[in-house]
Order: sequence, then C-alpha cells, then structure tokens
Amino acid sequence: MAKIIRKETLAPQIKLMVVDAPWVARKAKAGQFVVLRITEEGERIPLTIADFDPKAGTVIIIFQEVGKSTMLLGTLEEGDEILDFVGPLGREIEEKNFGHVVCVGGGVGIAPTYPKAKALKEKGNRITSIIGARTKTMLFWEEKMREVSDELFVTTDDGTYGEKGFVTQVLERILKNEKVDLVIAVGPVIMMKMVSVITKPHDVPTLVSLNPIMVDGTGMCGCCRVTVGGKCKFTCVDGPVFDGHKVNFDELLARQRIYLEEEQRALELWTVEKAKEEASRVV
Amino acid sequence: MPQRPPEERIRDFYEVPLGLSEWAAVEEAKRCLKCKTPQCVKGCPVEIDIPGFIELLAQGNFDEAIVKIKEKNNLPAICGRVCPQEDQCEVQCVLGKKGQPIAIGYLERFLADYEREKGVRSPSLPHSRNRKVAVIGSGPAGLTCAGDLAKMGYRVTIFEALHAPGGVLIYGIPEFRLPKAIVAQEVHYVQSLGVEIQLSRVIGKTYTLDDLRDAGYEAFFIGTGAGLPYFLEIPGENLNGVYSANEFLTRSNLMKAYLFPKFDTPVKIGRRVAVIGGGNVAMDSARTALRLGAEEVCLVYRRTKKEMPARVEEVERAEEEGVNCIILTNPVRFVGNENGWVTGIECIQMELGEPDESGRRRPVPVPGSEFVIPIDTVVVAIGQGPNPLFLESVPGLNLNRKGYIVADPETGATNLRGVFAGGDIVTGAATVISAMGAGKKAARAIERFLEAPDSFPQWR
Ligand SMILES: Cc1cc2nc3c(=O)[nH]c(=O)nc-3n(C[C@H](O)[C@H](O)[C@H](O)COP(=O)(O)OP(=O)(O)OC[C@H]3O[C@@H](n4cnc5c(N)ncnc54)[C@H](O)[C@@H]3O)c2cc1C
Ligand SMILES: Cc1cc2nc3c(=O)[nH]c(=O)nc-3n(C[C@H](O)[C@H](O)[C@H](O)COP(=O)(O)OP(=O)(O)OC[C@H]3O[C@@H](n4cnc5c(N)ncnc54)[C@H](O)[C@@H]3O)c2cc1C
Ligand code: SF4
Ligand code: FES
Repeated sequence: MAKIIRKETLAPQIKLMVVDAPWVARKAKAGQFVVLRITEEGERIPLTIADFDPKAGTVIIIFQEVGKSTMLLGTLEEGDEILDFVGPLGREIEEKNFGHVVCVGGGVGIAPTYPKAKALKEKGNRITSIIGARTKTMLFWEEKMREVSDELFVTTDDGTYGEKGFVTQVLERILKNEKVDLVIAVGPVIMMKMVSVITKPHDVPTLVSLNPIMVDGTGMCGCCRVTVGGKCKFTCVDGPVFDGHKVNFDELLARQRIYLEEEQRALELWTVEKAKEEASRVV
Repeated sequence: MPQRPPEERIRDFYEVPLGLSEWAAVEEAKRCLKCKTPQCVKGCPVEIDIPGFIELLAQGNFDEAIVKIKEKNNLPAICGRVCPQEDQCEVQCVLGKKGQPIAIGYLERFLADYEREKGVRSPSLPHSRNRKVAVIGSGPAGLTCAGDLAKMGYRVTIFEALHAPGGVLIYGIPEFRLPKAIVAQEVHYVQSLGVEIQLSRVIGKTYTLDDLRDAGYEAFFIGTGAGLPYFLEIPGENLNGVYSANEFLTRSNLMKAYLFPKFDTPVKIGRRVAVIGGGNVAMDSARTALRLGAEEVCLVYRRTKKEMPARVEEVERAEEEGVNCIILTNPVRFVGNENGWVTGIECIQMELGEPDESGRRRPVPVPGSEFVIPIDTVVVAIGQGPNPLFLESVPGLNLNRKGYIVADPETGATNLRGVFAGGDIVTGAATVISAMGAGKKAARAIERFLEAPDSFPQWR
C-alpha cells in the first residue's frame, strides 16, 4: 500500500500524485518506472517515476487518463492508498557528460523527460529541451523543465502557446544549426518514431522510452517484448529506454492496440456503473 | 478418483477431480501393508511419514493423520493435487509391484481437504531465536524453507515480487487443477507459523541483498524460480495474438482474465488456438484456452506423444477435453495479416533420428514438407529459464552455463557466505515437491549456519 500525499490536476485529464513509497524513492534513478494496481480486480499498469525524493521517501507519478485504470486512479484523493506500488523497475539511463543533450517531451511524456534532463544537467551536460502539447491547457511543468535546461522551446499543435507545430520541427532546426551529442525523446510512439527518423541522417545517438503493454514488469511474462536491432527485448527489464534508431516502432504501434476492443468495453461498463452510482447518491 | 465429465468441465474453471469420499479413503488406507522399511517414504522429497499417516487415516483418526503429514509438509492440499506421485512415492510402493500402489496422493488430498473444511489449526510457535532470515520468492521452495525455519523459531521474512504469494502455484497452474483459494489458505498457514510476507518487493530492484544484510538479515534463501519465458526465435513471433505460456497463464490465473470484465485484465482468445510444446505447461495452456472459449485447440509438438514431457494423466485429460495433438511438427515462421495479427503457423514435418543428449530421439525436419496451419491465437510453451533480473544484482554469485545458480544439492549453499538457493532457480523447471525438498534441506542448513557458521568450510 502506498499513500497519496498530494494530488494536483496539471491539465485536463493529466494528474500528478505525490506518493509515499520510501522503498521506491530510496532506489529510484532517472529512466525507471513503477507498476501499480488500484483494486483487487484491477490491472497492473506501468507509470514512469517523474521525480523522487529519497529523503522524504516520496515518488511523483504523472498520468493521462486514457482508459479505465488511469481514470480510476484519477478518482483517488489525497489520503487514499494505492493497493500495490512496485518498483523501481527497468534500467536507469547512463548518467554521464555527453556534451550537448536535447530532451524532447511530448504530451504526458514531458513528465518522464524531466528526471532525465535533471540527472544529465547535474552531470554537466548542456541541456536544450523541447516540450510540446496539443494545446495550451495540456501543457505542464514548463517552469520545472526550464530550471533544468539551458534553453527551452515550447510548441503547441494549434499555436495557442509557444511555437505553432510539432516538437520535431524545432528539433530539426536545432540539428541543422548546432552540434548535438544526444537526443532523448519521450512521448507518443509516433512522436518518438519521427524524432528517430529526423536524427538518423545527422547521426545523432537517440534514446527513446518505450511504453508497450505490460503485465508483471519483472521479465516473467514477455508481454512487453519489442524488436530492437532485429533482436527481441523485454522492455521492462532491458529497457524502457532503447536506441531509437534500432526500434521497430510499427510493431510496437500494432502491439499497443491488442486489447483495444476490451479496453473500450471495460471503459464503457465502468462509465455506466459510475453514472449509476452518482445517480443513486443524488437520490 | 471421480472426476467431472469433459463436456461439463470445459465450460468453467472449477476443479476437475472431485476428491475421495470418507469411506473410499479409509478403505484405500486399509490396503497399506505398513512395511517395516517403507519404500514409499524414500520417494518423498519432504520425507512425510507415509505409513504413519495412512495408519491413522485407516483408523478413522483424521485429525491426527493430518497433523502427522504437517510435521513434514506445510502445503498438503497443494501437494495432494499437483505432485507427480506416480513418479515419487507411489512408484516405490511395494503394492505397485504386483497390483495397484496405494493412492498416496489422493489420501493426502483427502486429509488436507478434511482439515480445511473444519478450519485449519495452527500451532503457536513463539520466536525463540531472535535472528532474522530473508527468503526471496514465495513459490513452494521459499514457502517451505520459511515455514520450516519459523518452526525452528527464527524470524523469517519472505520477499515476493508479485502482488500475491505462491509463485507458479498462483500465476501458472490453472484454477481447475489447483484452486487459488486453496493456495491462499496454505500460504496463510505458513504465515500463521510466524512467517512475514512482504509482497510487491522485487529483490535486486527494491532492495539488494546488501540492503537486507544492513537491515539485520543474517542468512538468505533464494527461491526465485525459473520464470523467464523462452521463445522459438522465428519470424513473426511478436505478431499480435502470439503469447508466451507465462503471459497467457498469468493473465488467466493471477489476473483472472477469465472473469473479464469483472476483472480488468483481458486475454485474447481466437476461434482456433495452437499451443506449441508438449509439457505440463503446454497442457495447462491448451486446457485453459478451451475454457476461455476457443472452438478448436491443437498442440503442436516436434516429437511423438511418447516423448512428451507432460504427465500421462494430463495428456489424457487434455485429449478427453478435445485438444488435438499434431505431432512430429515444428513451427518455422508465424504468418500475419496487414494489421499485425497472427493468422497462421508455417510448420515443417519432422521425423525421429538418433537419440540426443537427453536420451530422446532427435527430431529432424523432412525437407520440402512445409505447410500452414491457420490459427488466430498461439501460445508458445517451450520452456522457461532463469530470470536474470535478480541474478544480475548479486555480483560474484556462481551460475552455471545455462544461468542457473550453482548450489550444493544437500544444503543449498552457494559460493556466497550465508546465501542459500533451491528450487527451479537451481535445478531448472522441475516439480513443486522437488522445490519443497530443496527448501527443506536449505532450512536445516541455514540453522546449522546460524548456530555453527564454521561448519561450512567453504565460507571460512
Ligand atoms: C514503462 C512505461 C511507462 C509509462 N509511463 C507513463 C506515464 O508516466 N504517464 C502516463 O500517463 N502513461 C504512462 N505509460 C502508459 C500507461 O501505462 C498507460 O496509459 C496505461 O496503462 C493505460 O491504462 P488504462 O487502463 O487507463 O487504459 P487502457 O484502457 O489500457 O487504454 C486506453 C487507451 O490508451 C491507449 N494506450 C494504452 N496503453 C498505452 C500506452 N502504453 N501508450 C500509449 N497509449 C496507450 C490504448 O490503446 C487505448 O486507446 C507508461 C507505460 C510504460 C510501459
Ligand atoms: C504452468 C505450470 C504448471 C506446472 N504444473 C506442475 C504440476 O502439476 N506439478 C508439479 O509438481 N510441478 C508443476 N510445475 C512446476 C512447478 O510449479 C515448479 O517446479 C515450482 O513451482 C518451482 O518452485 P520455486 O519455489 O522454485 O519457484 P516458483 O514457483 O517459480 O516461485 C518463484 C517466486 O519467486 C518470485 N520472484 C522471482 N524473482 C524475484 C525477485 N527478484 N524478488 C522477489 N521475488 C521474486 C516469483 O515472483 C515467484 O513468486 C508447473 C509449472 C508451470 C509453469
Ligand atoms: S510402500 Fe506402499 S504398502 Fe508399504 S508403507 Fe508405503 S504405502 Fe504402505
Ligand atoms: S511486462 Fe512481463 S516481461 Fe515485461
């Protein structure tokens, strides 16, 4: 059990929770994640550790409500407990001085970008960050990202804030004008794919943080397998961070859709139940 | 033992064998010869006093009979269901030489079920020795080691990566062979002996062995099992609809996908399902697929039925339920559609050649015999190996060529001082009872280590 100490709504459907989990906080490193479960009937879902404080024993998770489990998580309040909170899982990123690192965070992917930018900044890297969202209201942690970046660019798809367009166009511009030693990208798979396509001709090493479907998160089931450089890897133990130039993104995109129908059904049922519950409370 | 008819049982996940009646159990027990040097006991890795409990049972003294079993075995309801008694105690029974051996397994199950219905009693055991032992993994090896150490008076904590204790008993073996409520009850019994279980703690990640040492643990038992699923490593294996047996069974058992959407974790089951392999895990996967609603389930195996590693009883049950065995056939490639879903398996015919190192005749492909089996779901059940996650976190631990821990077969001692190991992580995929036997031996050795550390010359 892990208690929720603080809850914040960062954007519509994007929530932050500070969770009391000293066993995770003590060991956490940038790049790692937790697996949590909310109810006895619930799924085990992975979420990146967005920040952690070993002294206070707390971990921050930031999640987008996309389906039943994340929506249910969103209904928990300060003082409530998360049933299972396992971690830290996965491998940490290599923390050393690469030189000039560009960190690209898209959508809720801004959250997992932060600890990586922070850790690499502490190692003396020059950090350029590009964060983007669909629209102004969906953007969060601009200030926190600025703190750990030497330079920060912001984009929105609809131009309601920052530069109009995608994070990738800023990245292209930077690659044309400056020497970049490493690019780290976290966000929707399609964005990570595009980033890798763009950096390839410039020969810039590119790390992406993959988010396939998982069950155990400990290397026992093989659900999270991805093809990297023609080899089968388990994201939960070999990753989640991989060389973007070697990842088979199309396979990952297909594998993320395996349970689309079931997810839809679970969500509909849950929404109906919730509506009934609310109706009975009114009566 | 009476069992439910196949038509009925493939529609649900309830248990298949129904258990013996009181009358039948007593009559069976009465056949025992109470041999002076009972052969059956030699076949039991946890050393149950078999004639002892059978005699009490024959007298109708069920309460003491189960106490007799539990002197040695903390998990009788589990062992009575899944132990391969035909290769263990029953194969040794003198009555088997001429006729039928005593049905030792059925009797064990009968007594465990009798006790469960009455409400399990726990002995009260104060912590007489204030020293801490850490057990990593809550499978049968870990549970046995922990239970025995607790009975000796030590303070034992089990650390388990998953959110439920039991290892393969809870995530692998299906409900219809081993009801999870029974596993939960026997785990509860081990806890009642004084064992603390910390769930959702991945050793190697959440804590390292050094962290545990700093927290005051003086000896360690590693029972992390062989949980890494092997794949065929052929093209198309990452197509949607291709599962490892571990994922398929974990979704169904641990996550209760057969109760979706009451439970949130789904599992995909097509009309036609193929299971690759011929072991117990393959049988469990095939029978689970049927119960999840598959119309046709076939088993693709590269040798013949004679070479199948599964228990004969399990193959028979699977076939009774309608599983179709396609033998002397090996997959070479998975075929998929444009959306990334598997639609077929390209296979090649095999024939048996010379025996290989396992003593079984080696299957050899017949050139030009490729053909495609159309399917919607595949379960790859070709074996498991050691999961490196924990092992990588213990530098210097001796592993063998295949990645398993090297441990003394009599004590479980590894090359690291105070660190013992047993079960599948040492032997490779084996049986519940052999894992329990290893846990038992290690418990005894851990006591020796704690009381007389110098009696392990290799660590001096
Ligand atoms: C290592 C790792 C770290 C992650 N970190 C974060 C994080 O920090 N914050 C966060 O919000 N999410 C993160 N995710 C994704 C998160 O786990 C999923 O969004 C969550 O499991 C969805 O569960 P659900 O039941 O709410 O939705 P579901 O009902 O499972 O899915 C609803 C919809 O979301 C889509 N979807 C499901 N899973 C994913 C996914 N992994 N990526 C993209 N789309 C998906 C589905 O296709 C579907 O359309 C991470 C995933 C991994 C593997
Ligand atoms: C589908 C299936 C059916 C089977 N059927 C039978 C049968 O009918 N009869 C029979 O005798 N045998 C059967 N077996 C084999 C038997 O289950 C195993 O031999 C036995 O469970 C091994 O016990 P164990 O304690 O060594 O490991 P496991 O049962 O594998 O338990 C290991 C435990 O350690 C935990 N763990 C792993 N790593 C860590 C870590 N780093 N930190 C914390 N915890 C960790 C795991 O989560 C797991 O709970 C079957 C196996 C399978 C897969
Ligand atoms: S060997 Fe058979 S007959 Fe002899 S004691 Fe054991 S169970 Fe009874
Ligand atoms: S989630 Fe099971 S192996 Fe990665």
